[in-house]
Amino acid sequence: MNALFSRRARQSFILAGRYVLIALLLFFFVFPIYWLFIISFKTPDEIFHFPPVWVPKSIQFANYWVLFKDGDAITVWNSLVLASTSTIIAMVIGTMGAYSLVRFKTGGENLAVWVISQRLMPPIAIIFPVFLLYVYFGLVDTYLGLIILYTAFNLPYVIWMMRGYIEDIPLELEESALVDGCTRWEVLRKVVFPMARTGLFATAVFTFVFSWNEFIFAFVLTRTEVVTYTVQVTHYFGGQSNFWAKIAAMSVLGTVPVFITVATLQRFLVRGISMGAVKG
Amino acid sequence: MNGADSLDWNGVLHNRPSRMPDRFFKYWILVPAVFLLLLIGLFPLIYSLLVSFQQITMTDYDTSFVGFVNYAALFEDLRLWQSILHTLIITAIALPVELLLGLAMAQLFLEKIPGRQIFISLIVLPTVISPIVAGATWRLLFDQSYGPVNQIIGWFTGTNVVLLWTITPKLVYPAIIICEIWQWTPFMFLILLAALSNVDKSLTEAAELDGAGFWRTFFKIVLPAIWPVMAIAILIRGVDLVRTFDVIWALTSGGPGTMTETISIYTYVQGFRQFESSYTAAIAFLIVALMTMIVTWAIRRMGLAQ
Repeated sequence: MNALFSRRARQSFILAGRYVLIALLLFFFVFPIYWLFIISFKTPDEIFHFPPVWVPKSIQFANYWVLFKDGDAITVWNSLVLASTSTIIAMVIGTMGAYSLVRFKTGGENLAVWVISQRLMPPIAIIFPVFLLYVYFGLVDTYLGLIILYTAFNLPYVIWMMRGYIEDIPLELEESALVDGCTRWEVLRKVVFPMARTGLFATAVFTFVFSWNEFIFAFVLTRTEVVTYTVQVTHYFGGQSNFWAKIAAMSVLGTVPVFITVATLQRFLVRGISMGAVKG
Repeated sequence: MNGADSLDWNGVLHNRPSRMPDRFFKYWILVPAVFLLLLIGLFPLIYSLLVSFQQITMTDYDTSFVGFVNYAALFEDLRLWQSILHTLIITAIALPVELLLGLAMAQLFLEKIPGRQIFISLIVLPTVISPIVAGATWRLLFDQSYGPVNQIIGWFTGTNVVLLWTITPKLVYPAIIICEIWQWTPFMFLILLAALSNVDKSLTEAAELDGAGFWRTFFKIVLPAIWPVMAIAILIRGVDLVRTFDVIWALTSGGPGTMTETISIYTYVQGFRQFESSYTAAIAFLIVALMTMIVTWAIRRMGLAQ
């Protein structure tokens, strides 16, 4: 009896230790986000109070109101336009390409390796030549310029992910559609796209988030017209510290949509971020 | 069932009228993707190479070819080599910490305990926010008097702590690395948790019955099982760390002075602040060439393409 009790005591001790560790980890990983959010609701007095205020007396939205009044919030709209348009184009083009790679083995393994290696290129090495090209064609600070670049930069990811999802589609379905008199295009439209819709959706959300969060391309290629929210956040940096409220509010505006979209597809999260390495 | 007799998956479907021959179908659907990929994959390489042999600067648009002048200058550019060193320092510290901490966390969350799913969802949040927002957040956290980091340290030391995290040379690297670890450990954690969950339980249990301890079981059975996934996670994070820009730009912009300039930030400064076009092109070409070789080697080595 005594032995049993001590074993149970030991187990609950281990469990308690586990929860203490988890609490510490949660604090480290979640507190910074809490801090960002809470600053956006604080008054200037509370933001610049020493010692720092952990829980403001009241929640107020003046920091957001300023962003909408000054028109800074339009940058969130710009991010939305750029990310959604480029995502749709990349999904269509990328899925077609992936279908060719999977079912016809076009280009063999070499092409596949080349495609995925593009995903791992440093943006800084690409952006400089592209910037010079865009200056020549007048594409700097235009939606079109950034949409082309975002589409191209996300294509390797889309092709890579859709390759995996298309491989999961039973070949017999496509064969019987061909036998029934569908053209190749019809097979693609009526069989492949509908069958891969779960994968299409999951991949599209990640592609959207990548473009939404992107900074360096937008930083270099925008001036005033199509500034994205990530670039706008950096505009508040520098000398005056009274921009803190704006940094926080703008960051929250850009972060909430990401949290919502990612929360809706927890199930695909691992496959999405591991580039398909874990089928999860 | 028209055309069934001549169905040939890899080749042509005969026997049916079509405006476009099926034979070229596989190329038609690949053309748009390849075209766009060439824009970011091949054009920058060729263009950088071309410009790097010229002498274009902000003041002088000299397109005459000067040979390897810019490449020779690379070797004498102390700031370039320092920026490479800074990049390697950050990668060499952040990557192992993220990996080991992520692995330990995955082990901690492997057993089903009440609240597990909610905890995981919360811990993953930093990974999905924009790196520029992550940097901005830590900038607010690290503020010497209005940020909570110094306040919390003050609780332990019992005095008012005034550490200038983003300005003091000794503290800028810890600041950047903490931010990187905060944002990307959840990424490692999530992938390794999935990999650990897929390890065959019967194997680890059998090893334990045979008297193998935790570490022995881990190194002999668990690690080999999760290695393929772990290798890919290391590759993705390693490449991300080498090209890191956003977090550092938000936290220090490469400062104080040039102390935290990484290769990405240095290239940006040369190209878009100093307007040394030809010289920047030489750096860009060097980076692309090096990364292409390393990445292609790694992808093939890991069998990622299969």
